[in-house]
Amino acid sequence: MATEKRTIFSPELAARFDRLVTLYPVKRSALVPMLLYSQDEVGYISPEVIVELADRLDIRTNDVESVLSYYSMLRTKPVGKYNVQVCTNISCMLRNGYGILEHCKKRLGIGHKEVTPDGLFSLEEVECIGACCWAPAVQVNYDFYDDLTVEKMDQVLDDYQAGRGKVTV
Amino acid sequence: MPKLVSHPDEVRIISRRFGTGAENIDKYVELDGYKAAQLCIEKGPEFIINEMKASGLRGRGGAGFPTGLKWSFVPKNVDRPKYVLVNGDESEPGTCKDHLIFLHDPHAIIEGTIIAGLAIGAKMGFIYLRGEYRYLLKIMEKAVADAYAKGYLGKNIFGSGIDFEVVTQTGAGAYEVGEESALMESLEGKRGVPRIKPPFPAVVGLYGGPTVINNAETIASVPHIFLMGGEAYAKVGSERNGGTRLFGISGHVEKPGVYELPMGYNLKKAIYEVAGGVLGGKKLKAVVPGGSSTPVLTADELDVGLDFDQMGKAGTMLGSGGIVVLDETVSMVEFALRTISFYQHESCGWCIPCREGTDWLKKTIGRVYAGGGVEKDLDNIKYLAENMMGRTFCPLGDAAAMPTIGFIKKFRHEFEEYVRGNAGVSPAEHDAALVSLG
Amino acid sequence: MADVTFTVDGKKLTAPAGTLLIDACRTAGIEIPAFCYYPGLSLQAACRMCVVRIEKMPKLQTACTTPVAEGMVVQTETEEVKQSRKAVLELLLGNHPLDCPVCDAGGECELQDMTFKYGAGESKYIETKQHREEQKWSPVVYFDRPRCILCYRCVRVCGEGMDVWALGVQNRGVTSVIAPNGGDHLGCEECGMCIDICPVGALTSDTYRYKTRPWEMNHVGTVCTHCGDGCKTTLGVKRSNDGMEIVRGDNRDKSGINNDFLCIKGRYAFDFANRTDRLTTPLVRQADGKLAPVSWEEALTFAANKLNEVRSNRGGNAIGVIGSNRTTNEENYLLQKFARGVLGTNNIDHHRTADYAAFAAALKGKANREASLRDFISAPAMLLLGNDPTEQHPALAWQIRSNVRQNRARLYVANHREIKLRRQAKAAVELPQDGYASFISYLAGNDGAFTGNDANDFREALRKEESLVIAFGSEFRGRDIQALVEFGLSMPNVKFACLGDYSNSRGAADMGLLPDLLPGYVPVASEHKFAEETGIEWPKQPGLDLVQMLDAAGSGEIGALYVVGANPVARYGVDPSALKNTFLVVQDMFLTETAVLADVVFPAANAYEKAGTITNTYGDLQLVKKAADKAGVRSDFELIVRLADKMGADPKKLVPFGKGVRADFGQSRGAQSGEADRHAVWLSANHLEPKLSPFDPFAIFDEIQRLVPSYNVPRLNLLAGNDEHVKSELVQIDTTGSRRDLVLPANDGLYTSGTLGRYSDKLAEVLASKTTEIAETAAD
Ligand SMILES: Cc1cc2nc3c(=O)[nH]c(=O)nc-3n(C[C@H](O)[C@H](O)[C@H](O)COP(=O)(O)O)c2cc1C
Ligand code: SF4
Ligand code: FES
Repeated sequence: MATEKRTIFSPELAARFDRLVTLYPVKRSALVPMLLYSQDEVGYISPEVIVELADRLDIRTNDVESVLSYYSMLRTKPVGKYNVQVCTNISCMLRNGYGILEHCKKRLGIGHKEVTPDGLFSLEEVECIGACCWAPAVQVNYDFYDDLTVEKMDQVLDDYQAGRGKVTV
Repeated sequence: MPKLVSHPDEVRIISRRFGTGAENIDKYVELDGYKAAQLCIEKGPEFIINEMKASGLRGRGGAGFPTGLKWSFVPKNVDRPKYVLVNGDESEPGTCKDHLIFLHDPHAIIEGTIIAGLAIGAKMGFIYLRGEYRYLLKIMEKAVADAYAKGYLGKNIFGSGIDFEVVTQTGAGAYEVGEESALMESLEGKRGVPRIKPPFPAVVGLYGGPTVINNAETIASVPHIFLMGGEAYAKVGSERNGGTRLFGISGHVEKPGVYELPMGYNLKKAIYEVAGGVLGGKKLKAVVPGGSSTPVLTADELDVGLDFDQMGKAGTMLGSGGIVVLDETVSMVEFALRTISFYQHESCGWCIPCREGTDWLKKTIGRVYAGGGVEKDLDNIKYLAENMMGRTFCPLGDAAAMPTIGFIKKFRHEFEEYVRGNAGVSPAEHDAALVSLG
Repeated sequence: MADVTFTVDGKKLTAPAGTLLIDACRTAGIEIPAFCYYPGLSLQAACRMCVVRIEKMPKLQTACTTPVAEGMVVQTETEEVKQSRKAVLELLLGNHPLDCPVCDAGGECELQDMTFKYGAGESKYIETKQHREEQKWSPVVYFDRPRCILCYRCVRVCGEGMDVWALGVQNRGVTSVIAPNGGDHLGCEECGMCIDICPVGALTSDTYRYKTRPWEMNHVGTVCTHCGDGCKTTLGVKRSNDGMEIVRGDNRDKSGINNDFLCIKGRYAFDFANRTDRLTTPLVRQADGKLAPVSWEEALTFAANKLNEVRSNRGGNAIGVIGSNRTTNEENYLLQKFARGVLGTNNIDHHRTADYAAFAAALKGKANREASLRDFISAPAMLLLGNDPTEQHPALAWQIRSNVRQNRARLYVANHREIKLRRQAKAAVELPQDGYASFISYLAGNDGAFTGNDANDFREALRKEESLVIAFGSEFRGRDIQALVEFGLSMPNVKFACLGDYSNSRGAADMGLLPDLLPGYVPVASEHKFAEETGIEWPKQPGLDLVQMLDAAGSGEIGALYVVGANPVARYGVDPSALKNTFLVVQDMFLTETAVLADVVFPAANAYEKAGTITNTYGDLQLVKKAADKAGVRSDFELIVRLADKMGADPKKLVPFGKGVRADFGQSRGAQSGEADRHAVWLSANHLEPKLSPFDPFAIFDEIQRLVPSYNVPRLNLLAGNDEHVKSELVQIDTTGSRRDLVLPANDGLYTSGTLGRYSDKLAEVLASKTTEIAETAAD
């Protein structure tokens, strides 16, 4: 057992986790970041992720489940390669956040928490993302976009569609 | 990238280094960085706490608790490790100030953390950012690594013989985790459910050790206080409200942005002069003055100084400094619904009044908005909110109830229009549920 | 801690500093409502029902988290407080299904009670309620999500109380939900504590769901008939076609030695009593070799004649008697009296699961050295040697865990297995299976006796303890018990508990179901008072033990065997042919492996269908009360008396009834049940006063208390349903002799209970589900 640890993660991430758990006075502290990083790599929190994280932190799988189900950024199902998160909270709402959301719905042909058939995009209406003064704001995966208009939003989506990532805006 | 703004009335202390490239440690040092920390190492805890008290700095996280006093509550002789915890969970709608600090001046946060650690005798600090701020975490992580490389963090910092470690991490999407004890739970790898108080964090906090927890802006203000002296800092602000603060002005204004204004600055001036007035020259209808949880002010209530005490007297709160301006076109029912929807979505669910109360408020206001409301609903909304106030486990319940009471009291006529079918919007338009979160 | 004085609703109260206001109020008779607060579990402050007004505090405060303080002034029922509680109820009821008419908890629901008290009758909402199908989480646990009020009691009792942690909270806000650890099912110990503690009907049990309304049952407080812990339990019984049926087992009365606790067996495994294959008529083996139903008269006469025949032709020593671990003390006493006084033999024994005789010898003359089960909830330190209480003594395990959690008691575990209680242990040592004796020797100071990791630290820490209770399993017998007790007595304030397996194993030994010892461990050969008191001649020669009897039956030395509530054929793997020449009389509920071989079978009542006393393995004496009834069966007590009568013995000598003033304490259902009062009929036929009955166990209990000093405890407390500890120092055993080790541990786990357990369908179902679960995990 001691010789080789079986892991579902890439060697880099596994090594990162090995280190992460040593940073805190209590191993379990690493759980929330580990869930996020696992999700970044695997795409979502799969049952295998749950089992491995529980094992790494010496906690029960239902502890992991109860924590993961608390946080809104964590998900147990895959999303699109680019998860488009449109803020519609008050400041964005006042600055056409809903217009942006509607536009994304139309352009992508999907609704809240849905994925395009090609798996490229998913759409989410989200709560305030801390960009109120630069509203309306959108996050694609971890990339921030602010001061958006429908035109700029199209440009952003075009960039991702074309595989350019975050270039414009 | 978030746009930086400026206005002649600004007094730039915290934002002094914004846009100067101070995220680079050498640049930061060049701009007087880490001087305050070294001074504090030299002078010791008592000096630090006295200066902090003299500065009149009050917590920028929302509640406005005097920071020096908070630090002084940490017991001196305990054998459990103590901690400093920086609250960068910034999730109150209308608030985006910490965002800029992480982006432009990460070392100020590290330096403030070191000073707080020195004040209470902590050997470890945590900087916790909201999960959405991944790109800011990267900036913070780099800054921390640079500080370690220079010997400002780690063993024997600045050659003083003192050790201080800093760990950065993010949450994963939860407003409630901004509440200090819920933040500690989250940092311990648990659900973000707040803890029973007392004991307060200063006595029993993270991992059971005494903990100072402060907002990121509060912490970033700390080095400046030592650079200019506590008293001088206090003088910049108003009575019992020392210094400046970052105000984020958003919504229907011409020049939205984060402005650093002295405490006590007039709200009306902030909107009409600093932020350039109402967008498109429309009439102003209302202002949510300190993040979405603060009770709304009407157009005639704006002549008030932006500090904790004056705002309190005006029947609202300074809160997180997020000023949201609403013009005449805004439907207050829609606005109220969007606000309560947020709190319903973010309630941790622990206690009954908040969990169930936010849900019934959302349902009832939603029904009124959709044209299915009856007169009785309006009393009900008020009744529900009033029965949540002060009765929930943590202040999130209040944060949901307070603005709701404000909306229904000050704009009841608008709600009545909806109930009577005179809202000028056809029910068909309302058919689409406003918020699809969940 | 020092006392503080404070005022509640105008009353001056005093309580130790640090007491929670809610507890202080309850102690003073001031009821403060609460959903989430539960004594002994961690604080939540989540339901907000306990709010009170405290002077000088800006907001209402939760009484469940506020410690009393000097000079505190509290109001618990102001308009503001009442309104606050009412608002909470309104919020809960908004989504509550209000299916009270069919809800199991209807009538026993804290939400109903609170609503009744604070009134939240008006519905403020017109939204449709969310409906969700109920879920079956395990063979016993159902979850009805919309009824759940999220008080987290179940989560805590499972985690903190049981150390199982099978329940958790998932999601957040209004979508928060209690979730089991297996996704859609529970992997747990099936104790049902979550159901018990649920203030509403969100968690219900498979055995009771939709069976009845609480007010349609009679609730009878009695003692569980399964393991040696003897938990107090309340049986809900309801009239059925053939008597009174048990519909529920629970722990509504938490005054017992088990406090809050009941395990799966106590809660659900009463169902054997309701089995349709129970024996309800006497059976006699016919010429064709088959057992056939016959009348009572015929069966009793046949059995009596045969026994008389063997006795007169071959002497009493040609007869053997095997008693039970689950019959009452009175029945056991009566059985040995019948064996010795009527059959004239000391060939009497039972399935021994612990060496109580050696324990009695070790404690003889040492007052207050035997631990009650109650001691384990308060002792500052506990030493567990052998055994696995989680499986074998679940109530003990509960007490130990609670004590560690609530009082920071220190637990020391020395065991050859990886048992769950090690998680609570301050120190643990792994022993070889046969290493117990040498470990005791090591503890006693013999350094060379044991080497093992941590042993030294363990011993050092243990020796610092100033007050200790020691529980030891059947790993200890004979001289090892003696050595253990000697070591223990070298420490200050030590008490001992000897762990044996069934509900009245201890009583069987105490009551002399042993070939060499009379009740109270009086050697058969000694001068004793029994003969003089009873006017019966008692044989002096020690008889055959159980194994010898079975051998003797095989070899033909024993001509007749009388087996009462036991299944030696299965337990000892007896070859059925070995008994073919023995006249076998069996009293049982079912046609067990032993009963099928019998010549006469009497249908017997079980412990839930009779009255009397039993003694748990710790020596706690408790009253069992008659809860259920089944037409056709008779108590073992009655059967022994009737058999003796038919054999020509004087029932008045056997049962000295009529000395006190008592009737039969509910042994028969009487004329009201529509059944003729069979006792009265019998008494009249025998020219006896029909109000006094030889079937009265209390007549025997009187005799026990007269002749067995250790059982002479105050009776009032027992009658009130409380426990009394027997005075083990007063036994009269001869401490020098050594006897053969006949201890055969039952090795029952949480889901088994000897032969009896096999007749519980619920246990069988749970066991099967666990086996599949284990198979599935193994396959993973
Ligand atoms: C529901 C809730 C959410 C909160 N969110 C935040 C937040 O996002 N950021 C923050 O700094 N403080 C937040 N607070 C306030 C913190 O609990 C705490 O008062 C603050 O971090 C103390 O720092 P300060 O004294 O520097 O303001 C929140 C409080 C509540 C009740
Ligand atoms: S008020 Fe209650 S439910 Fe709401 S966030 Fe606080 S503890 Fe959770
Ligand atoms: S009992 Fe105090 S809040 Fe529930």
